[in-house]
Amino acid sequence: MKIVKAVFVVALTLTLIWALQTKFGDLPPIGGFLNPVSGFWQNAESKNILAEENLKLDGLLDEVIIRYDENRVPHIFAKNEHDLYYAQGYVTAADRLWQMDIQTRSAAGRLAEVVGNKALETDRYHRRMGMVYGAENSLQKMMQDPQTKLTIDAYTEGVNTYIRSLTPATYPIEFKLLNYKPENWKPINCVFLLKLMSETLAGGSDDMEMTNTLNKFGSKVTQNLFPDHDFQEDPIIPAGTQWNFKPLPVPKPSASFLSQMLSSNNKPANKVEGIGSNNWVVSGSKSASGYPILANDPHLHLTFPSIWYQIQLHGPGVNVYGVSLPGAPHVVIGYNQKISWGVTNVDADVLDWYQMKFKDNSYNEYWYNNRWNKTTRRTEVIGIRGQQSVNEQVVYTHFGPVVYENAGQKAKGAPGNVPVGTALRWIAHDESNEWRTFYLLNRGKNYSDYRRALSYYSAPAQNFVFASAGKDIAITPNGKMPLKFEDQGKFILDGTDPGNDWQGWIPFEHNPTVKNPSRGYVSSANQNPADATYPYFINWQFGSYDRGRRINDRLQAMPKITADSMRILQTDNYSITARDVLPTLLKYLDASKLDASQTQALAILKVWDKRYDATSQGASIFDSWWKAFYDLTWKDEFETTNETLRWPTRDRTIKMLLTNPDAKWFDNLQTPNRETCADIISQAFNTAVDNLRRKQGNPGVAWQWGKVRPTEIEHLAGLDGFGSGPFETGGTAGVINAISGGNGPSWRMLVQMGPKVQGYGVFPGGQSGNPGSFYYTNMLQTWKDGRLNPLLYLQSAAEKSNRIKTTLTLNSK
Amino acid sequence: MLFIIILILSFAAGYVLPWWVAAVIAFAATIYAGGQPGRAFWSGFGAVFIVWVALALFKSIPNNHMLAARVAVLFHAPHWLVLLFVTAFIGGLVGGFAALSGLLVRRVFEKPHHSANRIAE
Repeated sequence: MKIVKAVFVVALTLTLIWALQTKFGDLPPIGGFLNPVSGFWQNAESKNILAEENLKLDGLLDEVIIRYDENRVPHIFAKNEHDLYYAQGYVTAADRLWQMDIQTRSAAGRLAEVVGNKALETDRYHRRMGMVYGAENSLQKMMQDPQTKLTIDAYTEGVNTYIRSLTPATYPIEFKLLNYKPENWKPINCVFLLKLMSETLAGGSDDMEMTNTLNKFGSKVTQNLFPDHDFQEDPIIPAGTQWNFKPLPVPKPSASFLSQMLSSNNKPANKVEGIGSNNWVVSGSKSASGYPILANDPHLHLTFPSIWYQIQLHGPGVNVYGVSLPGAPHVVIGYNQKISWGVTNVDADVLDWYQMKFKDNSYNEYWYNNRWNKTTRRTEVIGIRGQQSVNEQVVYTHFGPVVYENAGQKAKGAPGNVPVGTALRWIAHDESNEWRTFYLLNRGKNYSDYRRALSYYSAPAQNFVFASAGKDIAITPNGKMPLKFEDQGKFILDGTDPGNDWQGWIPFEHNPTVKNPSRGYVSSANQNPADATYPYFINWQFGSYDRGRRINDRLQAMPKITADSMRILQTDNYSITARDVLPTLLKYLDASKLDASQTQALAILKVWDKRYDATSQGASIFDSWWKAFYDLTWKDEFETTNETLRWPTRDRTIKMLLTNPDAKWFDNLQTPNRETCADIISQAFNTAVDNLRRKQGNPGVAWQWGKVRPTEIEHLAGLDGFGSGPFETGGTAGVINAISGGNGPSWRMLVQMGPKVQGYGVFPGGQSGNPGSFYYTNMLQTWKDGRLNPLLYLQSAAEKSNRIKTTLTLNSK
Repeated sequence: MLFIIILILSFAAGYVLPWWVAAVIAFAATIYAGGQPGRAFWSGFGAVFIVWVALALFKSIPNNHMLAARVAVLFHAPHWLVLLFVTAFIGGLVGGFAALSGLLVRRVFEKPHHSANRIAE
C-alpha cells in the first residue's frame, strides 16, 4: 500500500513537471516560461547599469573599446577591421538577436521550423520565389571580394561569440515564448537581410491586375487610365537637366508585346501606398552655415524591435555614424567627417512575370525561341515543427523559378498577386555585392568616392542623396536596372518570345544623376526619377508627386536653412492633394441640400489649413470625402468578384476631376441615371460625413484626425503588450510626415556638414530589442513629438563626454 | 525545520539551472527530514512559493516591473501581480508534491513502527 501511494505521488509530481516543461498549442511551456530561475523574469533588465565592464572573448586580435551613450548607442573603437566588424556583430546580437533570427528565418523560408504549420505557406512562397536561390548567388559573389568576406566573416564570428555566451536563462524572451534555441549565425544571413529589403521595396507587382485590366478594357482605355507619365510630375532630377552620356540603343518592343497591345483579348503582388521615403539636401548657398544639410527619412512598416540599429564604427580609415540593419555589417544610412548620404526607394520595375508554355504536366520542357527547352529543378526542404518536412521541387526556366505551376499548387494563403503558370525574373536572383557599396560609403571622402561606391550597388534600387564637407551635393537614382523597351513588364510577358527577355543593363554611368544643380537643392520622395527626355524605361509608375512637390516648394522658398527648419519640414503635414483638389470638390458640392452635420462639416472644411495634424478635424473630413469620391468613381467598373483589377491611381483620378468632369467613368453603372462628376462629389460628401458620424458621433473633438486614425507600432510577432499600443499622431501617406497604417518614418536623420559635422536623428523605438529593457521604447516619445536627438560623434575612444554611460572593453581570451 | 531547509537550499539553487532543481531539493530534503504528509506538502509548497516570489522580485523591482506588466498584457492578465502569484503557485505546487513524494518514498523504506513521525519533529 505504501509503495502504491509513493509511486502514485512520485508519478504525479513528475507528470506535473513534464507538463510545465511542455509546449501545448501556441502557449509556451508554462513552467519553463514563468519560473524565475530561467523564465521571462530573467529578461527584466535593471535600471542600474554598470559603468565599466570587461570581457574576454575568443577570436579578437586586439583590444576593442565600446562606449555606450545615454540612448544605449554603441560607439565602437577597434584597431583593425576584423575586430571592428566582430564587435559590431557582438553588440548587435546582444541587443537584437531574436529580431536577427526571425527576420532571416522569414527570408529563408524557415519560419515553420519554429512556429509550425501555420507559417508553411509563407515559407513555401519564399522558397518558391527564389529567396534562397538569390541569396546563395549573391553570397558567392560577395565572398569573392576579400574585403567583403573579411567583414561578413568577422561580423558572423562576433554574433556567434555572443550566442555561445548565452544560457537558457539569458535567451531573449521571444525564444522562451516560442520555445526554441538560437542557432549559429551564418554569413548567408547577412545577405538574406538585403533580399528581405528587395522583397519589401522591389518585390511587389501588379502585373497580374494590370493584365486583367488590359483584358477587360483593352489597350486603348488601359493606356489612357494608366499612363506612363503622371499628370502632375516633379521629377527627382530637375526637369531639363542634360544627360551627359550617349544612350545605348533601346530594345524594340517584342512582336508578342505589340500583338498584346493590339488585341483586346489576351491569354496570359500588390503595391502599398505609404511605403515610401523622403530625402533631400540643400547646398551651402541655401543654408545658414554655408555648408550643405542633408535629410533622410525612410518609410517602412514600423515594428518593435526597431527596424534600425544606431551605431558608430571607428577603426583604421573609418569613423562613421548612422543606422545599420540588425544582422549585417556597416552603416547603411549615415555620415562621417567628410560625407553624408541617405536613401529612398526608386521602385524600378525589376520584377517581371513570364507566361510559360510547358510541353506537358511534367514541366520538363518549355517552348521558347521556337523550340522546346529543358527546365531544371531545385529542391527546397521546408522543416515544420512537430511534423514531417515538406519537399518542394521548384521548376526553373532561364528566366527564373516557376512560383506556382498551376492553380492547385497555389494554396490558400499564398500571395494573390502571383500569376500561376508564370516564371519569375527578379533582380534579387542575380549575384550582387551591395555590402561593398556601404563599405566604401562608410569610408567616403568626396563626390568621386560616392560615385565609385554606388557603382557596386544592385538592388533594391535606391535614390542615393549625398552631401560633402567639400560642399558638393548630389542625388542618383541607382541600382542595376534592366534595359527594356517602353512598358516592358507593365503586363505579364509572353515567355515564348525571346524579344521579351531583359536585354542587358542600363550602364551605371547612365543612371539618372545630378550634381550641384543651380536651384541649390536636390530631393526625392519616390516619384519619377527623370522627365520624359530620359532615354530609358525604368518603370511606368512611381510614387505620386505630392511629397516631392511639397519638399521642393518649401526648399525653394526657405532662405538661410538650419537643421531646425529642416526638422520642421521632415514632420510637415501639409497635403498637396488637398491643395490640388479641395477647391474643385467644394465648387461642385451642392451646399443647399445638406443637413445640420453636413453643413457643420462643410464649415470646418472651408477653414481647414490643409494640414493632417493630429488635432485637425478638417483632415478627417477631407480624407473621408476623397476616399469616398475615389471609391464611388471607380468601384462600379473595377470591383469584380472573379478577378482582381488594378484601380487607377490617385494622380489619374485628380486629372479626370480637374480636366475632364464629363468623363464616362463618373457615371455609376449600377443606377439608371447618368451621374456627373458633381453628383458623385455630393454623394461622396454625404457618405463621408455619415461614416464619420456613425463611427465618431457628431462633429467635435472626436473627429480629430489623430482620433479618427489612431496609429500603432506592433511587435514583429504581433505580441500584445510588446508593441506601442494605439496613439494619436498627425501625418498621412501623401504628406512629408508619411505616417499611415503602421507605416511611417523608420529613421529621421539630419546632417549639418561643415568643419565639424553634426548629426541629428531618432527612430520610433529604442536600441534594445528586449521588451524588458529601458532602451526598448525610450526614443518613441521623441519621435512622436517630432523632435530629434543630437547624435554623439566621438573622435576617439578617450574623448570625454558626459553622455557616455557605460564602457565595455573587449579583449582576446 | 523542513521548511527552512527547502527554503535555504532552493533559494541557493535559484542560480542553478534547470528550474526543477527546486523539486529535487524538496524531495531530497523530505527524505532526509521526514515528517507528516500534510506538513511535508505545505513546507515544500510554502518554501518554493516564497523563494520564487523573492527570485522574481529581485529581477522585477530594479526593472520597475516594466517587463512583468508587458507580459501580463500578453497573457491578458489584469495585473502583473497575478503573474507573480501564478508563478509562485506553480513553484509551490511542484515543491509541495516533490516534498510529499520524498516523504512517501521515505516511508516505503522505514521500519513499520510508530515513532517515525516523532523522529522528524
